[in-house]
Amino acid sequence: MGKSIIEKIWDRHIVNEEENKPDLLYIDLQYIHEVTSPQAFEGLRLKGRKVRRPDRTFATMDHNVPTVNRYFIEDDIARKQLEALDQNCKEFGIRLADLDSPEQGIVHVIGPELGLTQPGMTIVCGDSHTSTHGAFGSIAFGIGTSEVEHVLATQSLWQTKPKTLKLEVNGKLGHGVMAKDVILYVISKFGVDFGTGYIIEYCGEVFREMSMEERMTVCNMSIEGGARAGLVAPDETTFSYLKGRKYVPKGEEFEQCVQDWKLLSSDEDAVYDQEIILDGSLISPMVSWGTNPGMASGVDGKVPTFAEDIIDSKELNRALEYMGLEEGMPITEIPVQHVFIGSCTNSRIEDLRQAAEMIEGQEVQKGVRAMVVPGSQSVKRQAEDEGLDEIFKSAGFEWRESGCSMCLSMNPDAVPSGEHCASTSNRNFEGRQGAGARTHLVSPAMAAAAAIYGKFVDIRNLKKSEQVH
Amino acid sequence: MEPITIYKGRAAALDRKNVDTDQIIPKQFLKRIERSGFGEFLFYNWRFDENGKERPDFELNQPHNQNTSILIAGENFGCGSSREHAPWSLKDYGFDIVIAPSFADIFKSNCMKNGMVPMALTQAEVKYLMERVSSLDYELTIDLPNQTLKDDQGFETSFEIHPYWKEMLVKGWDEISITLQYDKEITAYESQKKVISSI
Repeated sequence: MGKSIIEKIWDRHIVNEEENKPDLLYIDLQYIHEVTSPQAFEGLRLKGRKVRRPDRTFATMDHNVPTVNRYFIEDDIARKQLEALDQNCKEFGIRLADLDSPEQGIVHVIGPELGLTQPGMTIVCGDSHTSTHGAFGSIAFGIGTSEVEHVLATQSLWQTKPKTLKLEVNGKLGHGVMAKDVILYVISKFGVDFGTGYIIEYCGEVFREMSMEERMTVCNMSIEGGARAGLVAPDETTFSYLKGRKYVPKGEEFEQCVQDWKLLSSDEDAVYDQEIILDGSLISPMVSWGTNPGMASGVDGKVPTFAEDIIDSKELNRALEYMGLEEGMPITEIPVQHVFIGSCTNSRIEDLRQAAEMIEGQEVQKGVRAMVVPGSQSVKRQAEDEGLDEIFKSAGFEWRESGCSMCLSMNPDAVPSGEHCASTSNRNFEGRQGAGARTHLVSPAMAAAAAIYGKFVDIRNLKKSEQVH
Repeated sequence: MEPITIYKGRAAALDRKNVDTDQIIPKQFLKRIERSGFGEFLFYNWRFDENGKERPDFELNQPHNQNTSILIAGENFGCGSSREHAPWSLKDYGFDIVIAPSFADIFKSNCMKNGMVPMALTQAEVKYLMERVSSLDYELTIDLPNQTLKDDQGFETSFEIHPYWKEMLVKGWDEISITLQYDKEITAYESQKKVISSI
């Protein structure tokens, strides 16, 4: 019987296998950020332990950093957390992309950008969106702080082998339908826990044809479907993205790596614990209307009704009350007062290009506050080289410094209570973007269009010549 | 970590599905660099209104749910963010055991690292318990070594837990000190260069 890529990577990383124990799995790479690491470093200090492989650990500052005046952090506790990361990295010899570094950015944006994330690796970070790195054909998953400490001390983790899920999307995506729409569609169809206990392999024409950045968007949101990890087998798209990046091997060594990476693909006779097959041509641009990512609908659809009985009535009632929406309301009638383009899901250069293209020569609707937060300093520089910042600024968008920003509003960027935000982030949980904030998850192009119209519009109906002002 | 073997306690019911870790401990409380003191912020936006006043209709603010140490909730409890601040805040508030039909993977693992038992029971069993817990003299007994839960009215059931985690919880072990005993195996693995490339 053949093996899937998931089993192949897993088997390559087993340090110890014995009865009645999970496998002791070797971890190739750990990413660190300021929020989930201080207690882990403190744990090491209390026991006099060292970091086993500082060379397989890489840190950045992202969650807390202001996106304007980034050196002026008003919040004392946030500043202390950033200082703690700086001190911990110095003390334990870990590379850190701090606020002064040209490499600083959201951990899940800079890892791939620098070529640290590579196919076949096991990658962890104290952040649930670590699943992003699965786009490269690696097993990458979020862990808690105790596990961060465990990996720092031992470069390994005790893990029970997850079940495998093959999620195949065939056919062609329609015009205006993006990677974000594909993953929101999947989660809205199967729920926020269909992936619990599984690692997902994304297969089929739709994912094969995606760029690396699009694959990252999909894998990023695996966790929103409950799966700790989701991956795409590496192919020529992966190899050409990686070639020449800072930490990727060069020359002959790179060619050897490519030969090895090609072996990772699932065997034709691989057996999965579960398989799902979908038709990509049926997917519309998506908008979430509720308080978890499964509560989403096509932009041409409506908020569900109680009579339809799609969602538990108690849950639906709570969600509608929080979101200030009526059952059965068309999605295109939801007003939008804020637009956030950013986060580890959609803040890469292609995302910004799609958004810029949508708004070029137009103006943000009166009463709408719109901002773009590039995922990294490198994305920001590239966007500025391409003139995208000017397109955004002249349309009335704020152009910010890199960080997690309004995805979770740990820094000063937040949505006021009761107001709606079209957001390219990954979670529409209650209070995520600020107490009482009403988040709607969308693709970058949909978010950009919402900024222009002050409500959600079906971007498939927009023609380039059709301008509102 | 405090060992857990036989555990008795009163339970509180939170009859909501998909309770995410952003609700368990909102982001504004994640900036502290300590592990302790998160209990007062547990379910902050549900427990308190914008003026910091208790919301009387929130489950945990109701009188019968005071002094409880077992939390019973709906399916997919602990979904979303990997923040270990979620179990830290539950534990610090006073919950040692969480019962639900299902748990999110990362939350479940985070609980066990903090001497807490995430106990998955069937929907019907959870419903049975939720219907009874408001009674002030209703107590549950958990026998972790034998993996059973019972009440004093004749209800008894068993639950699953991986033997590795059971041993860790029952003995209150520090996991890192166990793994450090595998140093030889880890070093051997590293020297085989199974690790794909240098970074």
